[in-house]
Order: sequence, then structure tokens, then C-alpha cells
Amino acid sequence: MPLNEAAVQAPPPEADKTAKAQAVAPIDAKAAARGLLYLDGVSVSFDGFKALNDLNLIIDPGEMRAIIGPNGAGKTTMMDVVTGKTRPDEGRVLFGKDVDLTELDEAEIANLGIGRKFQKPTVFESLTVFENLDLARKGDRGTFKTLFARLSGGQREQIDGVLEAIRLTERRRELAGALSHGQKQWLEIGMLLAQEPELMLLDEPVAGMTDAETEQTVVLLHEIARDHSVIVVEHDMEFVRNLDCRVSVLHEGSVIAEGAMDSIQANPRVIEVYLGR
Amino acid sequence: MGPMTSRLMLLSGPRAWLLGGGLVAVFLVVIPALNLYLPHSSPFYLQDFWISVIGKYLCFAMLALALDLIWGYAGILSLGHGAFFGLGGYVIGMHMMRQIGDRGVYGNAELPDFMVFLNWKELPWFWFGFDQFWFAALMVFLVPGLLAFVFGWLAFRSRITGVYFSIISQAMVYAMMLAFFRNEMGFGGNNGLTDFKDILGFDLSAASTKMGLYIVSVLALVLVYLVCRWVVASKLGRVLIAVRDAESRVRFLGYSVTNAKLFVFTLSAVLAGLAGALFVPQVGIINPGEFTPAKSIEVAIWVAVGGRGTLIGAVVGAFAVNGAKTYFTGAAPEIWLFLLGGLFVVVTLLMPEGLVGLARKLWARLTGRNAKEPA
Repeated sequence: MPLNEAAVQAPPPEADKTAKAQAVAPIDAKAAARGLLYLDGVSVSFDGFKALNDLNLIIDPGEMRAIIGPNGAGKTTMMDVVTGKTRPDEGRVLFGKDVDLTELDEAEIANLGIGRKFQKPTVFESLTVFENLDLARKGDRGTFKTLFARLSGGQREQIDGVLEAIRLTERRRELAGALSHGQKQWLEIGMLLAQEPELMLLDEPVAGMTDAETEQTVVLLHEIARDHSVIVVEHDMEFVRNLDCRVSVLHEGSVIAEGAMDSIQANPRVIEVYLGR
Repeated sequence: MGPMTSRLMLLSGPRAWLLGGGLVAVFLVVIPALNLYLPHSSPFYLQDFWISVIGKYLCFAMLALALDLIWGYAGILSLGHGAFFGLGGYVIGMHMMRQIGDRGVYGNAELPDFMVFLNWKELPWFWFGFDQFWFAALMVFLVPGLLAFVFGWLAFRSRITGVYFSIISQAMVYAMMLAFFRNEMGFGGNNGLTDFKDILGFDLSAASTKMGLYIVSVLALVLVYLVCRWVVASKLGRVLIAVRDAESRVRFLGYSVTNAKLFVFTLSAVLAGLAGALFVPQVGIINPGEFTPAKSIEVAIWVAVGGRGTLIGAVVGAFAVNGAKTYFTGAAPEIWLFLLGGLFVVVTLLMPEGLVGLARKLWARLTGRNAKEPA
């Protein structure tokens, strides 16, 4: 994926300097200390292409943050780094106070309480909707524990609650492969809910959704944001505006602007690289 | 284990259990009765020969089940499962070798014939303990299990999947074949282990012993089937299906894909070892030919023909393909391999869900209902 993005975007050489000049204020130690997630000088390169370039980002506990940026800005790579799929060449990713995520694998990171929804909805198509949620449900992930696992009444109710929230109660017994695209997106969000993570990473949660589905998703995300920290990567500007949260703009692997949507849209640098195109 | 057994009951409908119970009754009662109680002149009399042949098929069916457990449910296509089958066979062969005692050609009570022939003076250390049945029985599970654990750990930890895994599993069984061909390995080299006399005191050439081994094989097959069924019905079974369909997604959910695969692969190898251990007393020989890569590939054909990811399909496929093999290698030996190859092509192209899938479709058409999707 990052390689494809690299192919799409061939940045002019002088863009790098301007990016440095207009970079947001350096991260101060106090903000980093209270942050839930702290990306500290993270760089990743693929075959010489810098997908992330000294990226600094802090997400506060309970915060909802939208991340926007043109193709190849490094949004998906950033998620890959946080969830352990990609190891950065440089920098640290701190979760909580002192856990460096760059030293853990995907499963360990997930068990720390970081959930991820992919750009392309990936649900387990040959399992039912209910079974998908049961696999995602927070609980012991040990191999022998799962071999002997039995669903208690309380756990069943928890899954029922999630089914209610993602509006799939009626289709609980159907195979996930039989769902529509938008419903698969919801099921995946539901799987995140069942996982009860502290931090959720959502990669383009409304891609391919109808307008009505998008609206419902905004409502759903606001519900979710009440008790989780959420990072949303999205292209759809209208959707991001409706989220009504802090926005970080990524360009060529670094944050070039951060703030409310209005100030972002007024930022000349952002207009130049992204909105103005 | 009350709730755990109820999990099994819930998995298949009452009709499926009735069908399964009926099949077991045929194998356990009808077939032995045709052999034991009918006069030899009766057209329905089943010769002793056929008891041995069906006994062999039962062992193949266990091996096929072991492969379907990992291939059908976890997407691990092992093309080296003959290694575990063969090891189980060698282990029981070593025990029966030691049981020969001084009845061998050389009359040496301490050393098997081939060691005397090689001019060895004493038993190698790894042959110690095999004179005890309980030790050998334990090793039937431990040896294949240990190899699978080490091999699987190395492969799954490095995230070797798909065709790459299949290739290295072929390499493994091929390497074992080469190693076991060597006389210095201490397992009889080219000739393997043979000339067995008895097991647990029962004369292997007696018809009653053959019937006993047959009955044990039926029971073992039922046990292996239930173990596999129980695993795939568990939450771990659903984790495995998830791994088969979207491996990296399972990692992001927090499950250790490596551990789940390692568990099921090791279990599968243990079951394959059991199959081999029941096979060898019935055929009376184990040699490195069991490690021929083609034999391991054939197991995958049985599973594909029967219907992958259904368990019962593995049993059906093992019986169907081996039955055809027995018939055609007798009636028209020169065309058998072409038939086998053709069968695989036809099944892959025309019935991707195998014989079981075909039967389900036909049944659905007959009863006018939609075919139920296999999990």
C-alpha cells in the first residue's frame, strides 16, 4: 500500500523545506506526559521513499482526532506503525506512560487496548456476524483458553449490546460475507467496540458508504468517542467536519498543521498541499 | 466435561448424528459379522483379506482427517504429513521388532536382525525402552508431536504460509526419506522394519488379531473424528477459520496466530502418528517408502476429493480414492496414475467442495431446500 501511494505522488524536491519551515510547534514535554499515545520523531522509509518523516503526534486520553492528508501523506503507514505492522526506522511510539509499541508485535499491541479498523473492511466472511463479534470480544486470547471457552450469559448480552449499536441484530446469524459493504464496515466497527480498546484507529470508516450510512456512522462515532480515544483517518471532508474534533494534517510523512477544522481550512500551507488541489 | 460434550452434540443436527451412528454400526457390527458368522460359501462372505484392506483404509481416513483439520480449517496445506504417519509407524514397528526376540533369522534376542547383519554389537540408545508397549505407545504420540512442534514453531514464527509452507513441508518429508534410507540411521535402511511376529502377545498372522486391529482402528477413527469435531466446534476452531480467511486481521484482534497454528499442527501430527501406528501392524512392514513425497501429496488429494473443511469429507475421500486405487491397480494398473491425476483435475474444476459438497447439493435439490453453507 505505501508503495502504491508513493507511485501516486511524486513530491517536488523543494516541498520538503517549506514543510519544515511551517511545521507546527514542537511537542512539549508536559503534553507528551499526559498523552495516551505519543509518536516521537517516527521515520519510516520504503526503498528510499520516506513514508513517515520525523512524525510527532500526541493523542490525549478520551480524545477524538481526525487525520487528513493527500495520498501518500503517510496516514496508513502511521497506523501500521502504531499497530505493530511496520517497524519504524527511527523514533518511539509510547502508549500510556512507558510502553514503547515499537518493541511489540501486533497481537501484544492489540491486547494492550489498541484496536484497528482497516481501510478495506476485513471481517471473517465464513463466520456469522455473531461469531465475528465473539472473536473480537475482550477476553482471554490464550490458545488453550479459547479451546475451552464458553460464552456466559453476560458475554452474550455484551455482544447483543454491540449488535444493537451497529444495527445488525436482525442479521446476527448470517454469514458476514453476506452483508452489504456498509454493513461490513459497521460490523468491523462493532468488532472494535466488542474489543473495548482504549484507543481505536479507524482507517476511512465511511469509504464506500451511502450518504445515509455515513450520517449514521457519524452518530455512531460520537457515541463511541464518549468512552474511547479515537483516531480517524479520512478523505471525506464533509465527514471530518461533522466529526467536530481536532484535525491533524499530514503531508509527506509529517504533521503540517493541527487544530479545529475551520483554522485548518484557512491555513495557507494546507490549502497549498491539499485542499487547493 | 458436560458442557464440552454438549458442544459436540450441538454441532451437527440429530440427523447427522444418526447417520454417523449408523455408519459406525456398519463398520463395527455388520462388516465383522459378514466375515465371522457367514459360511465361506455364502456370496456375502467377506474374506479376511478385505478386513485388512478396510483396516488400512480406516488408518488412511485418520490421516486424511488430520490433514483436513489443518488444511480445511486453518489453511495450512501440509504436503509432508506422511512424515508424521510414518514416524508413528516406525515407533510401533520398533516395538514389534523388539518383541521378535530370539525368533529372528539370527536368533539374537538382544538385536534386531538388520543390526546383526550390519555387524552392530549393541542396541543404539534410541532403541532403549521400545521393548515396553507403554513406552512405545507414548512415543507414538510424542515423536510425531515433537517433530511437528519444532518444525511448526520455526515455520509459523517466521510467518511462512501458503505455498511456501507446503514446499518446506515437502522438503521435510523428503529429507526424512533420505535419512531413513541410510543404514547408519539405525531403522533398517532401505528394507525398513518387518517380519513382525506379534503385538501385545497376539499373533499378527492370526485372523482374530487382524479382526482385533480392525476393530481398534474403527474405534480410533471415531475418536479422531470426535477430537477434530470438538476442536473445530470450539472458539479456537473459529479463530482457526479466521486465520484461514484473514490471517493478519486475527493478529490485530490480539490472538497469537503462531500459537493457534502450532497447537493445531501439533495435534494433527499426533493424530497422523496414531494412524501410522495402527497401519503398520496391519500391513506388517514400515519402510522409508512411507516418506515418499508423492504419498503425502496423495493425502491432500483424498481430502480434496472428499470435500475440504468438512471432516467427514476427509473420511469419504480416503475411502473413495483408496477403494478406486485398490480396484484399478488390480484391474488396470497402467492407467491408475492417469485416473488419479484426472480425478484431481475433475474435482478441482467441477466440484470444489468435493463429494460431500456434491452430496449436499443433490440432497438440497431433492428436498427442495437451499444447500446449507459449510462453516
